[in-house]
Amino acid sequence: MCLAIPGRIVELLPERENLALVEVSGVRRKIDVGLLAEDPAKAGDWVLIHVGFAMSKISERDAADQMRVLAMLGEDEAAMQEIEGYGLVHAIRR
Amino acid sequence: MRFVDEFREPELIAKAAQEIRRLADSQRHYRLMEVCGGHTHAIYRFGLKDLLPPNIELIHGPGCPVCVLPMGRIDDGLSMTEQPDVIFTAFGDMMRVPGTRGSPLEYKARGADIRLVYSPADALKLAQANPDRHVMFFAIGFETTAPSTALTLMRARAQGVRNFSVFCNHVTIIPAIRAILDSPDMRLDAFIGPGHVSTVIGCRPYEWIARHEGKPIVVSGFEPLDLLESIVMLLRQLREGRAEVENQYKRVVPWEGNRAALHAMAEVFQLRPYFEWRGMGFISQSALRLRDSYAEFDAEQRFRIPGIRVTDPKAAQCGEVLKGVLKPAQCKLFGNECTPERPVGALMVSSEGSCAAYYNYEHRKAALTALTMPAPAP
Repeated sequence: MCLAIPGRIVELLPERENLALVEVSGVRRKIDVGLLAEDPAKAGDWVLIHVGFAMSKISERDAADQMRVLAMLGEDEAAMQEIEGYGLVHAIRR
Repeated sequence: MRFVDEFREPELIAKAAQEIRRLADSQRHYRLMEVCGGHTHAIYRFGLKDLLPPNIELIHGPGCPVCVLPMGRIDDGLSMTEQPDVIFTAFGDMMRVPGTRGSPLEYKARGADIRLVYSPADALKLAQANPDRHVMFFAIGFETTAPSTALTLMRARAQGVRNFSVFCNHVTIIPAIRAILDSPDMRLDAFIGPGHVSTVIGCRPYEWIARHEGKPIVVSGFEPLDLLESIVMLLRQLREGRAEVENQYKRVVPWEGNRAALHAMAEVFQLRPYFEWRGMGFISQSALRLRDSYAEFDAEQRFRIPGIRVTDPKAAQCGEVLKGVLKPAQCKLFGNECTPERPVGALMVSSEGSCAAYYNYEHRKAALTALTMPAPAP
């Protein structure tokens, strides 16, 4: 929740304003890009994602670094679980 | 130096560690607080303490939102599950956090309709898909997640959704730092400032720490090299008698923060006059509630909330650990009655809590060393 997940904007979706398709390690999900209003997101941008919302734009290199940090912290699986979980509401797995 | 092999720039790491040893005055003891739970996790995971001289002490701060939430708020949130039509939604981090009568997960096992969401937007979607039910989202987090809750509420209102509410537990980092600085048993030399919170609030809100408290603060990234560089920057300031806000994480954190995110927060939230923090007591203007213009989405206004206050178990010393007065292992319950598998205190629940981080890395390392040491000769 507090560590951001890096992803690449694949495209802005026509179904609603500020909805974008993002790709994180090959997984594509919809996120909200409304918090980037000052410098609107476009296809190809790299962003940091918190709880389904893009919070800031970053460089491709910083995105790769952030992914590596998540892996080093042992948080990469949880991050991918979060990304895969966007758009779904879960029965609790445990 | 156990994780050094994984580090991408081992020679730069070694250089930074050397610079830290050069800058640190051997006659002086340094107490540096990392405010953010993500940094706490990183410091333990990377074994960074092993790279620092013994007179540099890292104190773990209050920046883990799950950890600072008082048990009464969990009870209050869960009390809403008694309403027959309510669906309780929360992030995964909340699911194992114990309330007086169990965690959300245990409530679920007893039949409450509790669902895990990864985004507040999905809680709103659930409400739209279930117009005959009421969906309540248990919101937690600092300024990293508060803007997302705000924007979700703005969308809910724009779309005229009537069966959605937020139980707001968002807290703000600056008053917590102030409370720590005001605490008489707390002596700190400098701060490692939070990384991702600062992408939202920027660096300006920290200026009073430097200007009025005379303490250096460096906003830091999460990589081992980031954290070591930040410590170098703090030591330089201390050595030169400066107290400034510096930004080590410039590649991600803009000085002014994210204006759109701040605007969304200002539109939806207002400061509560005071809010209780676990282990730290009541801190004025330290948390957010929904503005009256969003009252219809405010779970605290829509439902009768009992307003439960629970004293933490006496033996658990979460407060002292949270304020950095005690190390996790100095708590009486640590490692026996309170473990990540069966947490008593909240600092053991989240991987960003200092007790869980300490348990997962230091405690296991020590146990492993003890196991692999040859038995002493009889």
